Amino acid sequence: MMFTRLPHTTEQTLSVSVNGVLVHVPRGCTAAAAMLLHSNGETRTTALSGEGRAPYCMMGVCFECLMEINDEPNQQGCLITVTEGMRINRQLGKRQVHQ
Amino acid sequence: MPDFDAIIIGGGLVGTAVAYGLARRGKRPVVLDEGDIAHRASRGNFGLVWVQSKGFGVPEYQRWTRRSSEDWAAFSAELQNETGIHSGHQRPGGVTICLTEDEFTRRQQRMAQLHREAGATKFEYEMLDHAALKKLIPAIGPDVAGASFTTYDGHANPLYTLRALHAALLKHSGSYVPNVTVQRIDAAPHSFSITVNGVTYAAPRLVLGAGLGNNALGKLVGLNVPVHPSRGQIIVTERVQPILPMPTLMIRQTVEGTLMIGESREDAGFDDTTSPEITHTLADRAVKTFPFLRNTRIVRTWAALRVMAPDGLPIYEQSREFPGAFVCTCHSGVTLAAAHALHYAGYVIDGALPSELARFSSKRFDDVHAIAAHH
Repeated sequence: MMFTRLPHTTEQTLSVSVNGVLVHVPRGCTAAAAMLLHSNGETRTTALSGEGRAPYCMMGVCFECLMEINDEPNQQGCLITVTEGMRINRQLGKRQVHQ
Repeated sequence: MPDFDAIIIGGGLVGTAVAYGLARRGKRPVVLDEGDIAHRASRGNFGLVWVQSKGFGVPEYQRWTRRSSEDWAAFSAELQNETGIHSGHQRPGGVTICLTEDEFTRRQQRMAQLHREAGATKFEYEMLDHAALKKLIPAIGPDVAGASFTTYDGHANPLYTLRALHAALLKHSGSYVPNVTVQRIDAAPHSFSITVNGVTYAAPRLVLGAGLGNNALGKLVGLNVPVHPSRGQIIVTERVQPILPMPTLMIRQTVEGTLMIGESREDAGFDDTTSPEITHTLADRAVKTFPFLRNTRIVRTWAALRVMAPDGLPIYEQSREFPGAFVCTCHSGVTLAAAHALHYAGYVIDGALPSELARFSSKRFDDVHAIAAHH
């Protein structure tokens, strides 16, 4: 695990799924933080080369934290607060569009 | 004193294309660039390499645009070969989409006019009804009436193109001087000298490629360049899987998957901010054209200022008072980049513009004034 929580953070948690695995994360954290706590670091693959990426700025600017949240693709995970039962998945390449 | 074959004022797509064109012919150009306080049309460009809307009633413009579009593939390959940077150029053809029967009829008349006026250039086009267009671009909405199609149209990434031009310029011993504002030119026929930040640049040729700055710069060397800003606004979406096989006049998909929505025109002076009204109008038309856009996220919007002559045509002119001083300005810096690099630069070296560019002389504005004064 690349990231751990600071010892003094809130003990209140809720459960979400990260890449299909049910996990407990602190209430009030962002989807990007949840992903960082419970993945191997790679949270998306790029639209062009398919390389792995992970959240960088954590403040809505860099778009590195794109992820699929509750089946909605290309969400900026760092701007979205987790809710009970949220499904958070990696964004794999370009999203699909339906005609 | 640094000695150069030509001084180019302006480091955007126009100035750098001409400068690279000189450098690839073995000349030593120096580009004086104002820096990011300039209006930077080249950074806000939509990126079409577009033929099918250019030159109604002005066959010379249709021909010049077409020539550049024909040259673009080789131009792009040359830049990639020189610099390793791909301009993103593609020429899959392009469509102008009509939402109503009325728009379709007017479009048909316009295309017939271009065809009629093309002469030996042979302008070929197709008017596609809804069903035919749907076969070409399945993503169109049910209310689209049809489109005009030509094989001459394409698109490129303006930023990669600009970067490639700069890299190629430097590789060919061209010089680039950023963050200098030219306010004075010491001019004599075939002898120009500019001193900025304590350095003097001298050359027998001078090219004004400074976009909206050409208006004031032209006055220093006897060139009439009455360009004004025309604001265009652009909406940019998230990256999605390839869905548009070719650009439309209003919407194109980049190789990265981004959809760009543009084609607004406003007279807003030098205000280059966006407005919700225009964003709304663009988005509304875009969604009618391609309903899938309704569920596509917008990631940013921006506005930029086109460099527009009163009649919308480029201005190509050599100063009569100070021969050796040229102006090269247009609102299609991407489309005409190939022509500027491969041809216009050659005319600058020759010291004479060819008769095929005579229609773009600023003399045409003198005539307008003469007529206006007469009345």
